[in-house]
Amino acid sequence: MDSQPRDAAYWAKNVTTLKLGQVPAEAVNLNVTGRRVVGPVQGFGKMWQKTMRVTLAGAEVTPAEVIKTWKAEFQRFWPARNWFYAPLEGIAPGEVALLNLNLPGRMRLSTGVLVLYADDESFTLMTPEGHMLAGWITFSAERDGDATVVQIQALERTNDPLYELGYVLGGNRLNSRFWIQTAENLARHLGVADPEVDAQVVCVDRRRQWRRAGNLSKNAAVRTFVWTLGAPVRWARGLLLRRGAGDP
Amino acid sequence: MTEGSLITDVRELSSRASVIDLKGDVTASAEKALADAYTRASGKFTRTIVLNFSGLEYMNSGGIGMLVTLLVRANRQRQRLVAFGLNEHYRQIFELTRLDEAIGIFDSEAEAYADADAP
Repeated sequence: MDSQPRDAAYWAKNVTTLKLGQVPAEAVNLNVTGRRVVGPVQGFGKMWQKTMRVTLAGAEVTPAEVIKTWKAEFQRFWPARNWFYAPLEGIAPGEVALLNLNLPGRMRLSTGVLVLYADDESFTLMTPEGHMLAGWITFSAERDGDATVVQIQALERTNDPLYELGYVLGGNRLNSRFWIQTAENLARHLGVADPEVDAQVVCVDRRRQWRRAGNLSKNAAVRTFVWTLGAPVRWARGLLLRRGAGDP
Repeated sequence: MTEGSLITDVRELSSRASVIDLKGDVTASAEKALADAYTRASGKFTRTIVLNFSGLEYMNSGGIGMLVTLLVRANRQRQRLVAFGLNEHYRQIFELTRLDEAIGIFDSEAEAYADADAP
């Protein structure tokens, strides 16, 4: 069968490494350009499948309307102090978005995601090397009886031993909480006064992939931390360069 | 067997290898059909499960996720997953999602069988 399959327009074209377009001035872009995407096969830690579902009881919205809103205002539904810099073209197959996330211990993580798949009723984001998680997360909506149901489903492993340690020490719970809050925020925006999110977290594979421990060399949190420590040096160097050029 | 819009058929190539023929849509709703087919394909001495994608008509990201969980299940049984019959579009999806690093891809059933039957 050589004709184009029905799903052809929904998938990102095959890309070897990620490239970012224009980035807002306030965004930190350290760990995206030139990185490859990674799925659960390439990750290090235990594999988890997380499914968060919320019924939009009483809200008169179709699945396509939910997804249209979600794509257009993705950042709006995230918990506070985490930033999703959407691509200029919006959430569309092959686009790359930049993320600036808050981690426990006041650490920051500058990373990104590739829009792997997007149709009218779902879209999927896939992570790059160095991200906390190796995998993808699908945001979808479907009709169930008289109501529209929203679902967030992630299939993921942590990318390296350091992230896995953080996941064991509470990061896993915080990550689940992040997506529960996102589902709640979306449901409230769509008119559900008191949304109830059903969360299922299943360990799909208990084995850690020790042959992937070397992923640590691309850990985006470590790189972001080092970059943050270097801020005063960069500021002083910039000042000296400006003075050398005769700027006031 | 039909589940959603995926039809599966299981054939035994040898005591060590079985083929699962897939026809239709590979999406998350086909999870039960694929899991049942895997159970039928997986005998005591089966070492390789061959997935035949030549009847694949549609696949979304839920379908790719389902293949990953199937891969985990096979690895747990010390089995390998290989595939053939993928057209250029679906080959690219396997490469993009890097599933091709864990599921061997072949051009034909004969090549997949030769690999499956290799000691």
